Amino acid sequence: MRWCRAVWLAWAVLPASAAITVTDDRGQALTLPQPAQRIVSLLPSLTEGLCALQACDRLVGVDRFSNWPAQVRQLPQLGGLEDTTIERLVRLQPDLVVAAVSARALGRLQALGIPVLALEPKSLADTRRVLDVLAQAIGKPGEGERLWAQIDQGVNAAAARVPPALRGQTVYFEVASAPYAAGASSFVGELLTRLQLVNVVPAAMGPFPKLNPEFVLRAQPAIVMATARAVAEMPGRPGWSALKALQAGRSCGFAEARYEMLVRPGPRLAEAAGLIADCLVTLDGRKP
Amino acid sequence: MNRGSLSLARPADHPALTPGRLGALLALLAGLVGVLGLAAGSEGWSWAWAEDRALIQAIRAPRTLGALAAGALLGLAGALAQGLFRNPLADPFLLGSAAGAGLGVVLVLAAGSVLAAHLAWQPLGWLSQSGVVLAAFVGALGGVALTLLLAGGAARPLKLLLCGVVVGVLMGAVSDLLLMASPEALRGRQMFLLGTTGFLGWTALAWLAGALVLALPLALRFARVLDALVLGDASAASLGLSLPRLRLLLVALMALATGTAVSQAGLVGFVGLVAPHLVRRLVTVTHGPLLLLSAAAGAVLLGAADVAARSVIAPQELPVGVLTALFGGVYLLVLLRRQGSGA
Repeated sequence: MRWCRAVWLAWAVLPASAAITVTDDRGQALTLPQPAQRIVSLLPSLTEGLCALQACDRLVGVDRFSNWPAQVRQLPQLGGLEDTTIERLVRLQPDLVVAAVSARALGRLQALGIPVLALEPKSLADTRRVLDVLAQAIGKPGEGERLWAQIDQGVNAAAARVPPALRGQTVYFEVASAPYAAGASSFVGELLTRLQLVNVVPAAMGPFPKLNPEFVLRAQPAIVMATARAVAEMPGRPGWSALKALQAGRSCGFAEARYEMLVRPGPRLAEAAGLIADCLVTLDGRKP
Repeated sequence: MNRGSLSLARPADHPALTPGRLGALLALLAGLVGVLGLAAGSEGWSWAWAEDRALIQAIRAPRTLGALAAGALLGLAGALAQGLFRNPLADPFLLGSAAGAGLGVVLVLAAGSVLAAHLAWQPLGWLSQSGVVLAAFVGALGGVALTLLLAGGAARPLKLLLCGVVVGVLMGAVSDLLLMASPEALRGRQMFLLGTTGFLGWTALAWLAGALVLALPLALRFARVLDALVLGDASAASLGLSLPRLRLLLVALMALATGTAVSQAGLVGFVGLVAPHLVRRLVTVTHGPLLLLSAAAGAVLLGAADVAARSVIAPQELPVGVLTALFGGVYLLVLLRRQGSGA
């Protein structure tokens, strides 16, 4: 009899409590008894996502690289991916930690009984999904999709601003000098595709492949994009002075703070698309 | 043995220090480190132990004990390596265990991400995460095994050493190659190989303590082999010792100690190199006490480094490997300079 009552109680009570179950990028399901109220984020794109979902005030700690919006800089910093300060984190008594799948702290945090969501957006579709998971975790289901719709609209608006003359032009986007490029399959590449540019690094080469510098020369991209500093030193690289895009000044050198937007798969992607569009408009205007 | 190594390992400016007293001193220091370790919190020193009980139990205690145990394993492995190769600069990572651990981690991470991408089966990605510790351990042992295989056993120490270098280089190259195909693994490897005590929990401590309980008594039991080796292979063999087999056993113990330490705490450099040195500088002993004292010294060194890592720039934390490398490097430099001026 007691058993029956327990089942009835569970049936009656569970739907009433706002338990939330979400699945993270490791395929692990996490059940939260209520929407997360004290959140630690250990990845900048996730920090930005939470803030864009109007949950910035629920953040109690962030990693050392989270720097947007400005208010998260006031929060306790808990180290980086490989040196997360576990005790400090535990002391903050978070009811949810969101971190990259590759974060070394994941196992330790779970062993300590802290609810962890491992999320690592790598593509635009990932970004959409991650925003949705975050929105569910904070008890705002549907907000993620709404936010994504805004981002999507923003990207479309940016795409509409791309000067017709530059549509279909080839582009080389450098993420690190070695050189590493953003390939067509990366989220940066997807963004460039949405802006109707053609990536010289095909999807088959992987998201962020290390290139032979000669590859870029042979490809002769119509436009070159990188940080302002990288663009400035490019002509000095052996042979790269022969890059026609550099000779003609058809390059977009982004300032570090703005470049950050371009390489974080988070809510500022629309703004990032706008940055690229701005640069393209400027390039078009300069054309003789 | 050449003169350089003799004087580097010179015993003795402290005749008052007997092995027994040094042992007692190290035990005392280990106790002190233990107490400090329980008090070194994320917000600086905290002695309100009743208040912090949960934190101490879940985090500081296993971490402090884990650092002591990992240090002891590295100290022991270092003393074994230096005895085996009759070379005071021998290091426990010498025989390919570091490169092996790195390759193991990269293999698992790369396989995980490739499989997860192609089979679209997410749990594989997670599997690769939890399998990393095991992979590092297996990789470290595999590296040493490969070295032994290439050297045709442990009969010729110089050949063994050279093969260790070769294996290190080759395995490093292979893991770099794999990283080209799967760049995501790069971050994982970097993270894993950075020496840190910050993630040691009770499970990690169990592994470390288990390896120590297994390796230390066995090493002590065969310490006389190392004593005999000091006299040279011929003399040792004339004492009736089966050198190749005993060497193999000692290499295996060294690999076990190093592999366990690496898989739990990453590459913590210099502890294994410096701990036996310190002991030999302070007392003149046979290998039995040397192994024991080196383990104790290693424990104190890494334990102290762990406490320092937590408190120097609290609330931020330094990776402990950076501290041990700094300390070890400066220590060796001072040793060399002193020796230079003394000669």
